[in-house]
Amino acid sequence: MYAYIVKRLLSGVVVLFLVSFSVFALFWFGPSAPARPMCESKTSNHCTDDRLERFTEELGYNNNMFAEYGRYMGGIVTGRDVTISGQTTECPAPCFGLSYTTGKPVWDDMKDRLPATISVAVGGAFLYLIIGVPMGVAAARRRGTLADKALVSSFLVLSSVPYYLFALLTYLYVAVWWGVPGIGSPGYTPITENPAAWVSGLALAWICLGVFGCTQYTRYARGAMVEALSEDYIRTAKAKGLPTRTVVYKHGLRAALVPIVTIFGIDFGTLLAGTIFTEKIFDISGIGLWALNAIGDRDLPIVSATALFSAVVLIVSNLLVDIVYSALDPRVRLS
Amino acid sequence: MTVTAPSSTRPGASSGEPFLVVEDLTVKFPTEDGQITAVQGLSYSVEKGKTLGIVGESGSGKSVSSMAVLGLHDTKSAKITGSIRIDGQEVVGLSESKMRKIRGRQVSMIFQDALAALHPFYKVGGQLAEAYRVHHPSASKREARRKAIEMLDRVGIPQPDRRADDFPHQFSGGMRQRAMIAMGLINDPSLIVADEPTTALDVTVQAQILDLLQDLQREFDSAIIMITHDLGVIAEMADDILVMYGGRGVEYGTAKDVLTRPQMPYTWGLLSSVPDVAGDTDAPLIPIPGNPPSLLKPPPGCAFNPRCLHKDKVAGGLCTSQMPELLESPTVPGHLKRCHLADPDAVYQAEVLPVIAPETLEENDPR
Repeated sequence: MYAYIVKRLLSGVVVLFLVSFSVFALFWFGPSAPARPMCESKTSNHCTDDRLERFTEELGYNNNMFAEYGRYMGGIVTGRDVTISGQTTECPAPCFGLSYTTGKPVWDDMKDRLPATISVAVGGAFLYLIIGVPMGVAAARRRGTLADKALVSSFLVLSSVPYYLFALLTYLYVAVWWGVPGIGSPGYTPITENPAAWVSGLALAWICLGVFGCTQYTRYARGAMVEALSEDYIRTAKAKGLPTRTVVYKHGLRAALVPIVTIFGIDFGTLLAGTIFTEKIFDISGIGLWALNAIGDRDLPIVSATALFSAVVLIVSNLLVDIVYSALDPRVRLS
Repeated sequence: MTVTAPSSTRPGASSGEPFLVVEDLTVKFPTEDGQITAVQGLSYSVEKGKTLGIVGESGSGKSVSSMAVLGLHDTKSAKITGSIRIDGQEVVGLSESKMRKIRGRQVSMIFQDALAALHPFYKVGGQLAEAYRVHHPSASKREARRKAIEMLDRVGIPQPDRRADDFPHQFSGGMRQRAMIAMGLINDPSLIVADEPTTALDVTVQAQILDLLQDLQREFDSAIIMITHDLGVIAEMADDILVMYGGRGVEYGTAKDVLTRPQMPYTWGLLSSVPDVAGDTDAPLIPIPGNPPSLLKPPPGCAFNPRCLHKDKVAGGLCTSQMPELLESPTVPGHLKRCHLADPDAVYQAEVLPVIAPETLEENDPR
């Protein structure tokens, strides 16, 4: 088990190297000079060829790419000093470099944005699980009835609406036109500062993610539950004389949870890696929006850092899914 | 329809009704293509301490009829009519909560393929204890566990106190089936429905399981319904045999009568298709031609007529126009058969026996 986890973590590190190197190389060889964004921000958009060449030299883009990549990766582990326009800034570990647009260490900005993204992801995931799974179970128990068909088809319609449209309309109706009480103007306030404002600012984002996500989870849970309830061991449980509730929950849902947990692990990882539409529409400065803006600004250190962050989150959530899976299903042994 | 029970289960003067009585049972399911009649007009009975073997191919209704005994069909879709009496109590139309008290307590079921029939995520001992506690709500967890271990020991699982903490996948196939039997017997049921309990096992293990079932039957004086398509198992276990075809009983009598003086061409076919262990290894198996009948649109007349090799011996095309009744054989008392043939004994002696068992013919030459 521990050997398995170590093995998985090691292979995860290899993946991280590949991801970071790919992003690094893409920018290095990209059509625009990698130093141009820095040059433009430092010279108020008067980036002449001379100045660009100076920044290129200063940022190390004239050196060997592998050596520069090594310096970058070394900084993540030990931290380093970064000199730009003769000004040296200390960038402690984990150093992802200085943002080309703000000149601040990337990690400082990331630390500010992480709680927002985590808040959105945890609240949204919690909502869609507690709505979606019970609805799926209820639908599976009433399989083939009018209620089941109505639920499945209405959720199919809802989930075929593009998410950004759904989120925008929710925002417009609930926050702007109806002005539902308790839901303040969306935005992120740290929970440590003001828990009430944290809830009211994120409520709409959570509801959107929750309602939209629960359509999928209802379908997953329904499918898994229908399958579980048709298994032989459910017939055995009934033949033992167990009450229906025990048959459905202890024997049926217990088995149906395994595929749901698997999907949830991956889904939650994706949410943590950034919810771009949600953050944009509900004005939450999280990781997703930050990454999107950084791509527009060609801010290499931020793009690299967010790509690495997504990769770490997905690798860890995949590993967690496997560990949880082996805990849920005694037939699965990690090796 | 009144049906005479075969002689071995005919109740004695004082004992009243047999433990299980099924009368004119019909089970229908709606499907996308129309209503399926899985079981029709089925009647049989089993006494305590006796074994009824139900034989037939897939789709003959043998499992469907015995699941009806436990009320395991979805009451919303399955339409069940007729009468099923367990120890004198009518269970057709019985409420779910009352039925639940019978299931696993008075009547328990042993399923085939114990790997699928045991829950993969719970320990074997826990699953047994659960079966005990549901009918003994006052029993503590420790008592239930002790009972589970005792039953595992009783069915011959070595180190039962340790193996109780294993999951089903950690058991071998034979041990899983033993555990399944232990679970079925944990509440001392009076009737055990064993649905192909040995089909997934190899022959040596199969024999052990059958021995075990017989031992336990003697010990607990329970009635057994043995559902199988294996005539070897039936010959070993059964006191009475019910042969099913297309959802109906087609032959019903004591095991000896059905195996030695079968009266119905489908039973002949079943007997002919059994390989003979002592026989010539080059001897061909004799399959029954054709396929089981559609339950959606059964053939007119006798359901077996499209596959019957003897239907031209019946005058007037009766086999293809009229369903024969399940009637007592004129030559074998208490033996019921559903066939238009006027003298099945003669056909069996002259055409079937010489093919399947020429040696017995020489021994018992009637001339």
